[in-house]
Amino acid sequence: MDIVGNVLPQVLKDEATEDKGEMARLQSFVGAIAVADLVKTTLGPKGMDKILKPTGPGQEMTHITVTNDGATILRSMYVENPAAKILIEISKTQDEEVGDGTTTVAVLAGELLREGEKLIQKRIHPQHVIAGWRIARDVALKRLRDISSENDINSQEFHDDLVKIARTTLSSKLITTDRDYFADLCVKAVLRLKGSSNLDYIQIIKLPGGTIRDSYLDDGFILKKQITIGCKRRIENAKILVANTAMDYDKIKIYGTKVKVNSMDKVAEIEAAEKEKMKHKVDKILKYQPTVFVNRQLIYNYPEQLLADSGITVIEHADFEGMERVAAATGAEILSTFDAPERSAQVLGHCDLIEEIMIGEEKMIKFSGCKKNEACTIVLRGASTHILDEVDRSIHDALCVLITTVKNRRVVWGGGNSEMQMAAACEEEAKKVQGKQAFAIEAFARALRQIPTIICDNGGYDSAELIQNFKVELQKGNQICGLNMTDGTIGNMSELGVKECLRVKEQALMAASEAAELIMRVDDIVKCAPRKRERA
Amino acid sequence: MSLAFDDYGRPYIILRDQGQKKRMKGLEAYKSNILAAKAVANTLQSSLGPKGMDKMLVSPDGDVSVTNDGATIVEKMEIQHPTAKLLVELSQSQDAEIGDGTTGVVVLAGKLLEQALTLLDKGIHPLKISDGFDRACDVAIKHLETISEEIDIQANEHEALIQAACTALGSKVVSKRKRELGKIAVTAVLDVADLARKDVNLDLIKIQTKTGGSVEDTRLISGILIDKDMSHPQMPKEVKEAKICLLTCPFEPPKPKTKHNINISSAEDYKKLYQQEQQYFVDMVKLVKDSGANIALCQWGFDDEANHLLLQNELPAVRWVSGTDVELIAMATGARIIPRFQEITPEKLGKAGSVKEVQFGTSNERMLVIENCQCTKAVTILIRGGSQMIVDEAKRSIHDAICVIRNLIKDNRIVYGGGSAELACSIQVLQYADEVSSVEQYAIRSFADALEGIPCCLADNCGLNPITSVAQAKARQLQESNPRIGIDCMELGTTDMKEQRIYETLSSKKQQIQLATQVVKMILKIDDVIAPDDY
Repeated sequence: MDIVGNVLPQVLKDEATEDKGEMARLQSFVGAIAVADLVKTTLGPKGMDKILKPTGPGQEMTHITVTNDGATILRSMYVENPAAKILIEISKTQDEEVGDGTTTVAVLAGELLREGEKLIQKRIHPQHVIAGWRIARDVALKRLRDISSENDINSQEFHDDLVKIARTTLSSKLITTDRDYFADLCVKAVLRLKGSSNLDYIQIIKLPGGTIRDSYLDDGFILKKQITIGCKRRIENAKILVANTAMDYDKIKIYGTKVKVNSMDKVAEIEAAEKEKMKHKVDKILKYQPTVFVNRQLIYNYPEQLLADSGITVIEHADFEGMERVAAATGAEILSTFDAPERSAQVLGHCDLIEEIMIGEEKMIKFSGCKKNEACTIVLRGASTHILDEVDRSIHDALCVLITTVKNRRVVWGGGNSEMQMAAACEEEAKKVQGKQAFAIEAFARALRQIPTIICDNGGYDSAELIQNFKVELQKGNQICGLNMTDGTIGNMSELGVKECLRVKEQALMAASEAAELIMRVDDIVKCAPRKRERA
Repeated sequence: MSLAFDDYGRPYIILRDQGQKKRMKGLEAYKSNILAAKAVANTLQSSLGPKGMDKMLVSPDGDVSVTNDGATIVEKMEIQHPTAKLLVELSQSQDAEIGDGTTGVVVLAGKLLEQALTLLDKGIHPLKISDGFDRACDVAIKHLETISEEIDIQANEHEALIQAACTALGSKVVSKRKRELGKIAVTAVLDVADLARKDVNLDLIKIQTKTGGSVEDTRLISGILIDKDMSHPQMPKEVKEAKICLLTCPFEPPKPKTKHNINISSAEDYKKLYQQEQQYFVDMVKLVKDSGANIALCQWGFDDEANHLLLQNELPAVRWVSGTDVELIAMATGARIIPRFQEITPEKLGKAGSVKEVQFGTSNERMLVIENCQCTKAVTILIRGGSQMIVDEAKRSIHDAICVIRNLIKDNRIVYGGGSAELACSIQVLQYADEVSSVEQYAIRSFADALEGIPCCLADNCGLNPITSVAQAKARQLQESNPRIGIDCMELGTTDMKEQRIYETLSSKKQQIQLATQVVKMILKIDDVIAPDDY
């Protein structure tokens, strides 16, 4: 019914709802801020972890995850609120694009909206808020780029930077006590890639048992498979043939084929022919003269035996990724046909030593001294699978950041330094801008300053005092000051060696402000009637 | 439902199952229809203009999209009411025909219906109202043509086109980068435009989205970008001077459409079949290789063996290329689409400067770029942004901008925006109303009022006082007989839209007024709605 009492016809579907104006805005703010509040306690070196427990019945549903990674937490949450979904979306994008800063981006967007809500309550039009934010974002971005520094890719300084960045990233994770060890490990792994950004070449193997400290980087390449029984367990100077071919039985690929026989003799004949065909294939493979044969698919006993008889070590059922890695590491070509033995030298991979090793309880195959040394393996050990999963995520974050840094090369000081600098730049700008936008610019600065504030709060320090001291220190011209989270003081970031990758900060700033703007512009939320699902 | 009785008091059954049907007729039907349509228009109203707000739409599956585009909003609202659905179609037909102004057309229809409601209350017959609207519409269109101006699209590095694109982008979430995006859109359209025929084939502009980065990172690629990678991880990542073989048949043994059975009854047959099978692959790869092609793009999949043979023959290949991409590549590179291996000849190959794989972010996603194609210049706009919603909205916005530019190339007459064209028409229609001596006069006058509603709405959305600013603008238009005075939405200090350079195409404005009038006439003609009760 409208104000004059006319009964309005129903325009939308039965269960659909429409919220307008203030109601819509309130909904967005509440949702977005709730999401930001949820992850904000994980921020910083003293951030806490979350336990994620899936709902619903079933065995697999009892598997829980313990994590500190913003993207993982947000991805696993089921939310109804559309604005909250936008925040989750930007966190995911951040994860895909740079791999780290996934919590920061959600928290920053949430804090921006919290400030935005206050401005709206002051009766400032959302469009003015957005106009202000846009100015602020540009100013902040400019300052961020100005304070960043760049080192030559081959210099020792750059190498040091990488270690520092890895340490900073890892310091907020579970493995913070061993961060120096892992930072070094990650940097070594990334440097092996020689500028290529293909993370696939760094394999991470998780094995429960031992302590986190027992994790190590293996120069060679480890395949989590076993050598077939009856083959040599140690091959020196191996020539490796990597294949993706059916070694069970060769199914006939011509459409509509059927075998139809009228006597038992014929069956035997066909069987013989089938065997013959497989033997033929094996013979062709043998012509390449490999010493090791790795196949992606299953290998049946018969060909396996044939190969083993010829003194070839057989590894079957290597998954596709593992196979690609073997190929990349040993410089082999992945074969599916075997009609050109003259190309043998070209297609076979090579490595100095292949041996079966035992890590913990499990047997694995190690390829060392490979032709191309790009691939490597990080073996993670730890007390439980939960810990291993979390360490895996942390290492993944660190590797992503390092790769991004290798590509971009610019770094900034960590410890909240960049946020405080950006906030200061915004505040300076706010003094020069005429009109209501200035409020929004100030609000942007406050939101940025919230990041170090939350880091302090999470550490249990007096954030108000610390942040004020931080501000003063910056004002004095100390460009490299930052939060020292071990003592709860303002420290020298250069001495503490806290550095962060510019690209991560840039992406977080841009994605958060874009998302906040997107949510701010909304004045109407239409929810369609949920699709009816037939229960099977 | 009213019942009729015959002489003996038995009820006539007029409609099947009439007891279960709902019926509305007469004034009640008019009003209900108008209110439903107005409800839709009201939702869109706040999206109009550079300071318009966005709508957040949650789909039945819970996916969120945020948009400012009228056609998208009404489409995703899943409207149920039959009359309100007419407005959805109205917006969509504007989208199909012009591509821009989809919000404006619905708001105008809403304003017209609002006026019609008061006229109905006065007791004027609906047909008289629609007649009056019709006549007023003609006057407005004529006046639009007289106030329109031709612009030189070539002058000053296509400045006019960029401005028009900026106007279209100004109301969207990407407005911060409207100039950059406007330039990208203009370059893209001009690259593929046939200026002699004044025609633009929009199929040649591919819009590809990829989350990550920021809207600023959006760029124009003078070539085609396809979301695929090489079929074998060890194939070369870049092919220079590419000769492209475009296949729509799989690298697999043939599958005849006729049902058939091959019966194998002896071991010899079995061996022969195996050889035959091997031969197929060898032949297929050989045919491609012999034609001189150095890259094969295929719409279908490859068998593992074929894949390896391709690698062995140093023939990079891409599988599962989508049908639209295949056509686009064919157009751009001059390749003929080859449906059978036997028909591969060197002349049918397409040529491109280079084909290379590019990588994004940490998630290892790769795409292929085909650059410097020999025939037409197909281009791709690669849109980046912080999240899927932003990227999607940016895509819709750029589509709008591209449509505007295309319309300008087709017809280079423009009118000025900011509500000035509507105001000028309104004044003209009002003058005309006084000359009409019949009942329609009222309808025509109301039409003028409805036109005034657009600048009112604009001013309202921009936080200005709608009545004062429209009154001022109208007074100045009359005093200075300058049809370019509108609403100063951006607070730039001038109300002359020529100085603000707010360009809109004449064709879009004309279409808006015509379409809105037509739909309103249609709604006004409905006097009886019969629907199943539970509808």
